[in-house]
Amino acid sequence: MPSANTPLAATSPRLTSAARAARTVAIAGNPNSGKTTLFNALTGLRQKVGNYPGVTVEKKVGRFFGAHGDPFDLLDLPGTYSLQTRSPDEAVARDVLLGRRAETAAPDLLLCVVDAANLERNLYLVAQLAELGLPLVVALNMMDLAERNGLVTDPAALSARLGCPVVPIVASQKRGLVELKHAIVAHLDGAPPRRAPLPEPLETAARPLAEALARERVVATRFAMAEALLLLSAVDDELVAALPGALPATVEFARTQIERAGIDRLSAAVQSRYAWAAELAAATQHANDAGRATASDRLDTWLTHRLWGWVFFLGVMAVMFFTIFRVAEIPMDWIEAGQVVVSDWAASAIPAGDFRDLVVDGVIAGVGGVVIFLPQILILFFFIGLLEDTGYMARAAFIVDRLMSRVGLHGKSFVPMLSSFACAIPGIMAARTIDNTRDRLVTILVAPLVSCSARLPVYALLIALFLPAGGAWRKAGMMLALYALGLTAAFAMAWLLRRTLFKGERSLLLLEMPPYRRPSLRATALRMWERAVMFLKRAGTAILAISIVIWALSTYPKPEHSDATAAEALATSCAGRLGHAIEPVIQPLGYDWKIGVGIISSFAAREVFVGTMSIIYAVENGEEDTDSLRDRMLAETRPDGSPVYTPLVVFGLMVFYVLAMQCLPTSAVVRRETGSWKWPLFQLAYMTALAWSAAFLVYQGGRLLGFS
Amino acid sequence: MTTPAVLAGQPVGTRAKITGFALPPNTHQRLLEMGLTTGTECTVVRYAPLGDPLEIRVRGYHLSLRQSEAAGVHIAIVR
Repeated sequence: MPSANTPLAATSPRLTSAARAARTVAIAGNPNSGKTTLFNALTGLRQKVGNYPGVTVEKKVGRFFGAHGDPFDLLDLPGTYSLQTRSPDEAVARDVLLGRRAETAAPDLLLCVVDAANLERNLYLVAQLAELGLPLVVALNMMDLAERNGLVTDPAALSARLGCPVVPIVASQKRGLVELKHAIVAHLDGAPPRRAPLPEPLETAARPLAEALARERVVATRFAMAEALLLLSAVDDELVAALPGALPATVEFARTQIERAGIDRLSAAVQSRYAWAAELAAATQHANDAGRATASDRLDTWLTHRLWGWVFFLGVMAVMFFTIFRVAEIPMDWIEAGQVVVSDWAASAIPAGDFRDLVVDGVIAGVGGVVIFLPQILILFFFIGLLEDTGYMARAAFIVDRLMSRVGLHGKSFVPMLSSFACAIPGIMAARTIDNTRDRLVTILVAPLVSCSARLPVYALLIALFLPAGGAWRKAGMMLALYALGLTAAFAMAWLLRRTLFKGERSLLLLEMPPYRRPSLRATALRMWERAVMFLKRAGTAILAISIVIWALSTYPKPEHSDATAAEALATSCAGRLGHAIEPVIQPLGYDWKIGVGIISSFAAREVFVGTMSIIYAVENGEEDTDSLRDRMLAETRPDGSPVYTPLVVFGLMVFYVLAMQCLPTSAVVRRETGSWKWPLFQLAYMTALAWSAAFLVYQGGRLLGFS
Repeated sequence: MTTPAVLAGQPVGTRAKITGFALPPNTHQRLLEMGLTTGTECTVVRYAPLGDPLEIRVRGYHLSLRQSEAAGVHIAIVR
């Protein structure tokens, strides 16, 4: 071990023989450094994924064991290039490191994953971590890739200069993990590493500020210097304004001092850290054949080519959509069959009555109606994982950013929008990768306009009504047109929101283009598993509750005479009455109260519309028989004898379903992701207004033009 | 001698040394943190199919950024 700067024993609690409580190691690293791969390799399936309370940052904790079976909690921090915080979400990683989050144990040691093939830039984060004054271990990852790129690295020299253990590893092949664990155990109470030298005036100004911060107990003494440097180079003054007592004035004074010394406070610390990183990299790594084009470079000349880039991109999308919509049908049929079995079993096991109806029609049908999308969501995340693992996702964002930025979206909005074709819920959750709050909100607000697969059965029924005699190709064309309308509406709304509510600072795209890599099936499978658990948890809570409410609304109050048909029962229920109540509002769209009931019941999940229509029109053996339902609906007439489902009404209804926000589970997720009811309510309001106006224009405009 | 110029619109293959920035503070700092500090050398690698963003090589890795930001990066062309 190199000589230590300061002894650390005073600040970290000594473990007594009785205390075998797990010690905490926080793992940090740049995006694309292989941090997640290492985390998975160390912990296997012994990991928990949750959320930090109050924010949308994912909290992932895993467990691994040292050579003597001593347990360690491994805390996964979000991948980041810098510890400078700009949003509440970004502040979480820093707060965790500084032990400021009450629900999370303060780390005893930091493990920083460094990409050996990209040493210089990765060392920037090491420089920032070193300023925290905690024991640090560097895992020098991707040694194989670095070697292939002709880079010769000297871990011992790096360790000597950093003043902390440096362990070469290949996380994807689990090479070097034993040595890494040994280094962690041995260094638990070790000394913190050396830090990058900063310009003298900056140090001089930061020191009294650090003392004041420690005195006011804003941070623990050991972290005070790091906090002072953060405050001095912060662009955003909210952090400063939030400080207690006279501290804002102290910060201001220190800033003036620095500027008087002729130093730019925004860039000085970054410049010196990078200068240090460059020097360190140059001293510990050299390139054998610099300037050689890597395989990745050669691949990129094709995959981001003016023409072939688009061909490949569209090809990938086509394969993905085909799999999501065609291949997923097989397991979806299984789930449906399973649901029928469970529901039959429940129907025979529970005596007839309200409770049985609740279980069968409310819980099983409601939750089953959403769980049926699980295969699609899994396939979606399989592809997203694959695209991210290989590095193609960055290229996709690179290719489409120009189009997305035209409407004020972001290259990174691409994944959430894409996911929303399966279901808006994973799409909205995927928006977490967008670091700018405005960009993220706009993406979340427009995501449900993209046609999700729950609309598919509704579209199928309505197209059958619209083109009863149409051939398969005409129907497919109609379907495509509806999808195109949704996507266009999403882009148009994004453009509008960007120019009204979310005016201001242009979004920023700074995208690392990592080298192409072979994907790891294990990592992808793990990721799919994580998403599946998250989705099923939601189905078990919010979606379950919503299903029960919708069931109750369409069941109570019951009709007075007990031999009423299902259709009559529905008419007397709350949902039926609501349908009647909203009739004046939907009459200008050409709808009657029965369509109103269908629209209201769609709030559980849109495809419920089909089931509700089956109940209303009392189709024999209820579900799935689109043809008989279609014929029954086409025969439906108004009191004056004219048909209800004219092509014009159906067309308006299709437009309505493309644009309307009728999905309470999505609203619940938006609330969770944005932290308040403000945005889901706004979303509900604007989408309903949009859908109503568009359907109104179609119906009334069409009538003026002489259509029927 | 060097020519005063900006990073945006430079032909593929251009080697440039960063001399300064004309960007909002937040954006400026983000670029710095990705390693685009004053005095750093970078190379224009390629442009996206629609001409924006562009990809550069800096500090041994590849980074893409939009023309609008690249227009605020002052450079001196290295010959």
